[in-house]
Amino acid sequence: MSAIAGLYNYLIVVFLMMAGFYVVVSQGNLVKKLVGLGLFQTSVFILYITMGNLAGGAAPIVAEGVTAYSSPLPHVLILTAIVVGVATTALGLALVVRIQEAYGSVEEDEIHAKDLADDEALYEETAGTEDADR
Amino acid sequence: MLIAIAAIRLKDLFAVVMLFGVYSLLTAALFMNLDAVDVAFTEAAVGAGVTTVLLLSSLRLTTRWESRPQRSRVLPLLVVGITGAALVYGIVDAPLMGDPSAPVHQHVSPRYIEQTPIEVGMPNMVTAVLASYRGYDTFGETVVIFTAGLAVMLLLGIQDKPRHRPGVSAIGDQVVLKAVARVLIPMILLYGLYVQFHGDFGAGGGFQAGVIFATGFVLYDLVFGEGSTHAVVPPAWLHRLAALGVLIYGGVGVGSLLAGKAYLDYTALASDPVGGQHLGVLLVELGVGITVFSVVLSIFYAFSGRSRVS
Repeated sequence: MSAIAGLYNYLIVVFLMMAGFYVVVSQGNLVKKLVGLGLFQTSVFILYITMGNLAGGAAPIVAEGVTAYSSPLPHVLILTAIVVGVATTALGLALVVRIQEAYGSVEEDEIHAKDLADDEALYEETAGTEDADR
Repeated sequence: MLIAIAAIRLKDLFAVVMLFGVYSLLTAALFMNLDAVDVAFTEAAVGAGVTTVLLLSSLRLTTRWESRPQRSRVLPLLVVGITGAALVYGIVDAPLMGDPSAPVHQHVSPRYIEQTPIEVGMPNMVTAVLASYRGYDTFGETVVIFTAGLAVMLLLGIQDKPRHRPGVSAIGDQVVLKAVARVLIPMILLYGLYVQFHGDFGAGGGFQAGVIFATGFVLYDLVFGEGSTHAVVPPAWLHRLAALGVLIYGGVGVGSLLAGKAYLDYTALASDPVGGQHLGVLLVELGVGITVFSVVLSIFYAFSGRSRVS
């Protein structure tokens, strides 16, 4: 029973990670994909923080009469990861905004269809000029 | 977990973003529960605050509604299911949560926990490790944030002449909201400063302070009309501030080089090593705080200043 309680957090991590993964793989909307990526990211955060936790330990700030602390190292890693995460999310969103302006859509399928159509138009154009040259 | 599922199912992206904010706040509470106060802090300020605002402003520039997916969901579900099963199989062997004999608590952690108060002399170990022991990495991360801000500005353009529309705000003329914000904003800024300079002793530090400080200005902009923050903090200043923060951090390193020690070795900065560490960490955190603040705010400017095309 204690094994299940001890692993409970890891199970949540796996669940959230797969939820985020599913969104990234299956959804066509780019903004939603970024939200999925965010879900995935927080699941990794939870994984690290869970590992750093110590039963009966205190937060890693030195205090009188406390001998056991949770490990500060995962905290440091995740702290900076969160802030870098928001910077990269902002970059992703900026790209999405530019895609919206260029294609008029943020749905992956529509963008792909438009790309294909553009390619064909370009192909026919060049084929046409070659015929004219001959 | 339920919120995550709801966020996946919904088609209304506005609701998705809001739920994601709530989810971040809950995650922050979980971190608090797991003794990670600094992380909880950052997650609450970043995830629930800044990310939500950024997602909302990009929704304004794109569309609110998601179209129906055309493809089948079977293949993604299958892939996700198999990966999940493999991960669950993997975690069965993982050390139980809070187990003192777990590898995390065996190798380097005790060394930092025991030596930090002696070598660096500050109670908050997270700040000590962040700014002193792993100063190189944190410098790299500051540069990453700076670069991300730069890239966003390159993509969305820098606004020279902002649309200054005082009184025209997205939420309309809400008297109660304005009154509350007027009381809240000074407190947010004051709290940001407290977090910045008290990071050695309690939870906090440059990263959190920068985000909290920026949140105050974002709130001002949202409530009192688009572009009104431009009058208080002009974008041109922000860009210089962002570079200044990185320069302060790098300058501290050069300072310790000039004093004859290794790069970012703060013991060179003062006559006694612990005093030098204090000074170094304080300066470095200041640099981080300035950079994070100005990058977050200029990213917000870049998003809010762009009007919808098409």
